[in-house]
Amino acid sequence: MNPVPAWFDAVIAAQLFAVDPPGTAGVLLRSRAGPVRDCWLAILRAALSPSRQVKHLPVHIADGRLLGGLDLNATLLAGRPVAERGLLAEADGGVLMLAMAERLSSSTTVHITAAMDQKEAIVERDGLSLRMPASFGVVALDEGLQDEAAPASLRDRLAFLLDLNEISLREADEIVIDGNQILAARERLRSLKVTEEQVDAICAASGALGIISLRAPLLALRVARASAALGGNAEVEQQDIAMAARLVLAPRALVFPQLDESEQREQPPEPPSNASDENENEQKAPDIDRALDEVILAAVAAALPPDVLLALRASSGRSRARSPGKAGMLQKSSQRGRPAGVLRGDLRAGAKLNLIETLRAAAPWQPLRRREAAKAGDGAARPRVLVRKDDFRITRFKQRSETATIFVVDASGSAALHRLAEAKGAVELLLADCYVRRDQVALIAFRGSVAELLLPPTRSLARAKRSLAGLPGGGGTPLAAGLDAAFALADLIRRKGQTPTVILLTDGRANIARDGGQGRPRAEEDAMSVARLLRAAEITAVLVDTSPRPGPAGAQLASEMGARYLPLPHADAAALSRAVLASVS
Amino acid sequence: MAISFPFSAIVGQDEMKLALLIAAVDPRVGGVLAFGDRGSGKSTAVRALAALLPRMKVVVGCRYNCNPDLPAEFCDECRARKTKGALKSAQVPVPVVDLPLGATEDRVVGALDLERALARGEKAFEPGLLARAHRGFLYIDEANLLEDHLVDLLLDVAASGENVVEREGLSIRHPARFVLVGTGNPEEGELRPQLLDRFGMSVEVKTPDDLPSRIEVVRRRDEFESDSAAFVAKWAKEETRLRKKITSARDLLPSVAVSNAALERAAKLCMTLGTDGLRGELTLMRAARALSALESAKTVTDDHLRRVAPSALRHRLRRNPLDDAGSSVRVDRAITEVFG
Repeated sequence: MNPVPAWFDAVIAAQLFAVDPPGTAGVLLRSRAGPVRDCWLAILRAALSPSRQVKHLPVHIADGRLLGGLDLNATLLAGRPVAERGLLAEADGGVLMLAMAERLSSSTTVHITAAMDQKEAIVERDGLSLRMPASFGVVALDEGLQDEAAPASLRDRLAFLLDLNEISLREADEIVIDGNQILAARERLRSLKVTEEQVDAICAASGALGIISLRAPLLALRVARASAALGGNAEVEQQDIAMAARLVLAPRALVFPQLDESEQREQPPEPPSNASDENENEQKAPDIDRALDEVILAAVAAALPPDVLLALRASSGRSRARSPGKAGMLQKSSQRGRPAGVLRGDLRAGAKLNLIETLRAAAPWQPLRRREAAKAGDGAARPRVLVRKDDFRITRFKQRSETATIFVVDASGSAALHRLAEAKGAVELLLADCYVRRDQVALIAFRGSVAELLLPPTRSLARAKRSLAGLPGGGGTPLAAGLDAAFALADLIRRKGQTPTVILLTDGRANIARDGGQGRPRAEEDAMSVARLLRAAEITAVLVDTSPRPGPAGAQLASEMGARYLPLPHADAAALSRAVLASVS
Repeated sequence: MAISFPFSAIVGQDEMKLALLIAAVDPRVGGVLAFGDRGSGKSTAVRALAALLPRMKVVVGCRYNCNPDLPAEFCDECRARKTKGALKSAQVPVPVVDLPLGATEDRVVGALDLERALARGEKAFEPGLLARAHRGFLYIDEANLLEDHLVDLLLDVAASGENVVEREGLSIRHPARFVLVGTGNPEEGELRPQLLDRFGMSVEVKTPDDLPSRIEVVRRRDEFESDSAAFVAKWAKEETRLRKKITSARDLLPSVAVSNAALERAAKLCMTLGTDGLRGELTLMRAARALSALESAKTVTDDHLRRVAPSALRHRLRRNPLDDAGSSVRVDRAITEVFG
């Protein structure tokens, strides 16, 4: 089904990226750190000639370093503000390597994507107002597992989305790259044009694959050009378009293309590798438009692995990217927050010197101090700016501790549907309230033998609604698993500096133990032990007993959890959200 | 500066383009918010607007873009200058100022001029982005991710039209009236309701889903990227035509009449929708009037109201999270109810 190994594609992508880094925008490399990734990066480095420098961007980069700002040393020496170039401007003409792209904060992402769009880094900070050229290619290293992924806004802008996780080291051959070939290709790139038919075909193909963003076809065209340049062709040819479709469009496909069945049988997906020159002539049908469409779709179909096809068919057009990044969640880190003014103070460890304010405080005194210094007679090695200890200004940050409310919903048994509807309603109502207060909501459901995080902490109503639609119910009651998941999430939230609150909706009748085994006593014992863990961690919790006749089981669990107990047998969504709000605030 | 994509070459996105043109004709409409899909040309449209707008008259040497024809609105510096003699004026492009997300407060409101303070020991004010945006546009990309303290600051200035600076022993106030333009993607978080309300119009931007217009978008973009100068030259005529349209609409605007019947309709529409406050009606009227002026009509008709109603009211509805119908659908429903 898939004649070209993924590794081969990855190597071609590296070369095409090296031919035109700013044009193809970049590579999203989804892979664990390891020899396969190292091997690919080595190939990329060989392909990028030494003239293209590679700048590394650490995940928790400060805004000042990213965008540029005031150069402390130079400013003090020169006695006037001296700008320091940020990493974005330094990467101009080269490549920016993003480590751990799945952990990028939304603000960092926005700066990077804005610079990519405008090919410029705009600085408005520290009393500086600058525009610096910043035209670069991006290599985003995404080490995310399962749900964790690089921000969608970044993903949308990068031409190549590679996944090396499935490639074993045996398959990852070291391929020697001829740097001169790439340099020559770069020269050719300028004169290459795509025809209108090719534009039409790429657009049609991306439409047929359910790709919404218009960046995809644009990126595909640039990749096609790079491919033609690399192949040494004078024009962009069919095989280049097919290559671009396979590399750029296939990983973004949301629906399986509807190929004309008879056509497909006659003309099996032809591997459009570099070796396809010989049967190229056969492919050129009189109606080039249509033929090209099919070649592209065939190329895409060939590049989609079989299991992906199955998944795509099953979901038939539903979005694959269920969780579009984790933007908004990491928005508040303890270093940012709301600056609550500036304080005169000492430079203790951890204090953040506000350079601008310090200089401002020192500024009015300069003539006076200079005169004093001249009188004292140590005029020889006098710095341009005389800063005294009382000039030091420290930025204080006030961070309103955000709350994140975790709903843990018992989705088991016969009453599940009813309870779920209530919980969904309550989540949406609370979210509307949280939205005003800028707090977050998450949802965990447990049923059968597992607990599932249905809605990662979010503030977006749009996302919450999508996740809540079609929440299934029924099965056993793995209460311990649900509480485990809640505890893990609460811990995660707390590490981010937010305050978690757990709202558990259950009837308290556990019947599935932690290890998935049956049996009420063991299941209850497990649930109690996790509950004690929650209490020990001092996590605010509310237990809403939803059983028709609230009994001692729920109350006991609540007391073990250190939770407030709310028997609400017939609550509707509005009552539930009111009760929860009252008990949380 | 980089060459921007011509405004008239943007394919589709009629609602967003119209809203931006309305804001260009009558700044009092109060800004435009464009929320929508990635890669649908929101930022492109705003940047294109900067190149499209007719030039404006300013006092030469004024740091706050004062209008020489309106002495009542002068900043303190221009007032002082005027007593010394006649002011020189010049034609400059309308400022479209970027407010980047990482901007610090001192750059936004303005602060002590460090260079002069350090070099000469003088206490001088260095105007910030708000001063630069006066009489122009202030553009916030990803407005929903803007930090809260900057949002508060903007709200204050946008409401009063004046920037008051009290810091580092400086006490300065200068006019700062600008059209706020924000773009964003709702997937990445919502906008604070207070800020939402400050925007006169809000438009929803979708990527075109029909093949011909998608092809046209890609084609034009590709053409622009391979030779920007030639592409801009090709569209220059169209841009000039549009620019003239804005200028004549501005001239016509004061004489556009709004009948009592139209006012009644607007009020009824707002009541049906249950919008908070009177800002909805006001914006609706102003936007409809600007639209009539754009189309060289002397009176506001039902058709004008109907066309601007979704963008003027969409974001002012009370939120009801349990109502699955989007706000656009609710506005449409109310329009059918009122206009029949």
